[in-house]
Amino acid sequence: MQYIPNILFTIALAAGIGYFTLNIRKIIRNIKLGREVDASDHTGQRWSNVFRIALGQSKMVVRPIPGLLHIFVYVGFVIINIEVLEIIIDGIFGTHRVLSTVLPEGLYNFLIASFEILALLVLVGVILFWTRRNIQKLQRFWKPEMKGWPKNDGNFILYFEMVLMILFLTMNAADQSLQTLGVVHYVDAGAFPISKFITPLMDGLSEGTLIAIERGAWWFHILGILVFLNYLYFSKHLHILLAFPNVYFGKVVPMGKFRNLDSVTNEVKMMMDPNVDPFATPAEGATEAPAKFGASDVMDLSRIQLLNAYTCTECGRCTSVCPANITGKLLSPRKIMMDTRDRLEEIGKNIDKNGEFKPDGKQLLDDYILREELWACTTCNACVEACPVSIDPLSIIMDMRQYLVMEQSAAPTELNVAMTNIENNGAPWPYNQMDRLNWKNEN
Amino acid sequence: MSEPIKVPTMAEYAAQGKQPEVLFFVGCAGSFDDRAKKITKAFVKLLHKANIDFAVLGTEESCNGDPAKRAGNEFLFQMQAMANIEVLNGYGIKKIVTACPHCFNTIGNEYPGLGGNYEVMHHTQFLKALLDEGRLKVEGGKFKGKKITFHDPCYLGRANGEYEAPRNLLEKLEVELVEMGRNKKNGFCCGAGGAQVFKEPEPGNKDINVERTEEAMETTSEIIATGCPFCMMMLTDGVKAKNAENSIQVMDVAEMIANAEDL
Repeated sequence: MQYIPNILFTIALAAGIGYFTLNIRKIIRNIKLGREVDASDHTGQRWSNVFRIALGQSKMVVRPIPGLLHIFVYVGFVIINIEVLEIIIDGIFGTHRVLSTVLPEGLYNFLIASFEILALLVLVGVILFWTRRNIQKLQRFWKPEMKGWPKNDGNFILYFEMVLMILFLTMNAADQSLQTLGVVHYVDAGAFPISKFITPLMDGLSEGTLIAIERGAWWFHILGILVFLNYLYFSKHLHILLAFPNVYFGKVVPMGKFRNLDSVTNEVKMMMDPNVDPFATPAEGATEAPAKFGASDVMDLSRIQLLNAYTCTECGRCTSVCPANITGKLLSPRKIMMDTRDRLEEIGKNIDKNGEFKPDGKQLLDDYILREELWACTTCNACVEACPVSIDPLSIIMDMRQYLVMEQSAAPTELNVAMTNIENNGAPWPYNQMDRLNWKNEN
Repeated sequence: MSEPIKVPTMAEYAAQGKQPEVLFFVGCAGSFDDRAKKITKAFVKLLHKANIDFAVLGTEESCNGDPAKRAGNEFLFQMQAMANIEVLNGYGIKKIVTACPHCFNTIGNEYPGLGGNYEVMHHTQFLKALLDEGRLKVEGGKFKGKKITFHDPCYLGRANGEYEAPRNLLEKLEVELVEMGRNKKNGFCCGAGGAQVFKEPEPGNKDINVERTEEAMETTSEIIATGCPFCMMMLTDGVKAKNAENSIQVMDVAEMIANAEDL
């Protein structure tokens, strides 16, 4: 009988990790629906970005207040996970505060004390984040794309974290009382700079009640963590894991450098080479022209762009600096990322159901992202610069414009005029190329 | 009227079997837009003043392809790029200077993948180098102490990380540089990029160039300095829309230097 908690714990742990793994595999499968990209270049730069931007949060602190609060929550999340390790060992083997028996007393006390301080900082951070969203109503959290689930999702995460931190501190407070009472099993270990202020509230409680509080908090805390872990997949909160690979795969060339389409290069070279026989049968193994130029659905995007979509945590820094959005246009770079993920998820569910993707008569273009959004972009790169985790919404906009222009000839009329001019006379305006040097004789 | 300025072409150089120190890629705006032509001429005057051995492609120059690429027409872009590369490589060009950040970005970043490898400089970088090397001298002159703000062109600033060269030049002019709230990395677009300048904006509640012009006017500067012919168009239109032509003007940094030197 005494092993029942250990068994239950192990089952819960296995179920929690198992379901999470299942969903992570779905994410990987979905990302692999995208075009392969070679990211074997700039390895040094990429790692340095991971250290600076992801681990070092260098872009978060561009806005100092949310940046600092985010560092509280981020450091808290990373460090408190050491405590979770102890909880897991205790849970499986029925030990109590096992690390206190392994680590030197001073170190253990230091660790527990820092977890407590971090837990308080996380709590403060999360409460202020909630205030910014719901009381202060920061504009970027109230844009049209943030209605419904995205808004609730943002708040659920904050509630989760509040509850987890409160449970952690309550658990420590009860433990401390039990240690003082000298209850068997509750070894004298740890330093409790924060929860010692909760302990007085437990004065006079019976040993049984205290054990119930301690065990209850312990169980809810670890079960909460497992539920939260599995909530990630359904939430914008995946960034806590994906930010790192995403930053690694982020853009490492100047922001102004856009990708040249190799398939187009081959065709243009053929057109310009007088020796090419246009009717020749392609050589064995020659790369065929792709079925389509640009992107109208998520499968046409690259794997990095799809990873971008899963990584986006909908903070809206991109949208808050977008010149089109600021001046009231429909375009919101954050919505581009949210739409990409929503469509990718829709396709993923379609695959889950049918074994393979069955055309559903929908696509990213028009059913999610409207042309009006795409044509409002000035390609200014403000969104790319603003993203704290190196997401590139502009590249998706560009790929979709390519589809519109090269596959559908559906550019706005004025742009067609400009492009015809470039084609005919080498300038976007209807001036003769032979007049290109006339300026030198004008006054 | 003043005499036409001397602008040698690559064809002329090649005919004499000579190679200029640098090719000045004028760009479409600099060749055809009335306002931008003034920037082109100001820059040419500075090149002469510094005794730079330069040439232009003249009628052999064609649009670099930026608007086509950013409008989504990769075909047209690569056609333009490869035609230009053929001309540039044919002349054995090594070094290019341009007064347009779009030419600067496209030729510098997107041509190498298509076989066009050149050292490409924006004219503000080029002028700064001339000043640093002592080949050109500049004093504050008429701009000394004047309140001036600088608008970062997206394709010079964020796209290529060049924020300092134009500001350095303004410093040399001894102006009082007043930054707008959104500057450098956080600079706010003029509204022209991504081929927007060739079309009407999408429906919204304000034009981007007006938003930016208002921000510039908040600095109470006399001049909005910039380094892009398209920013020039957009901001000039913005100033007109605000009926502020009498209180604030838009100038290219090269024009200011030429002006200070009474060229």
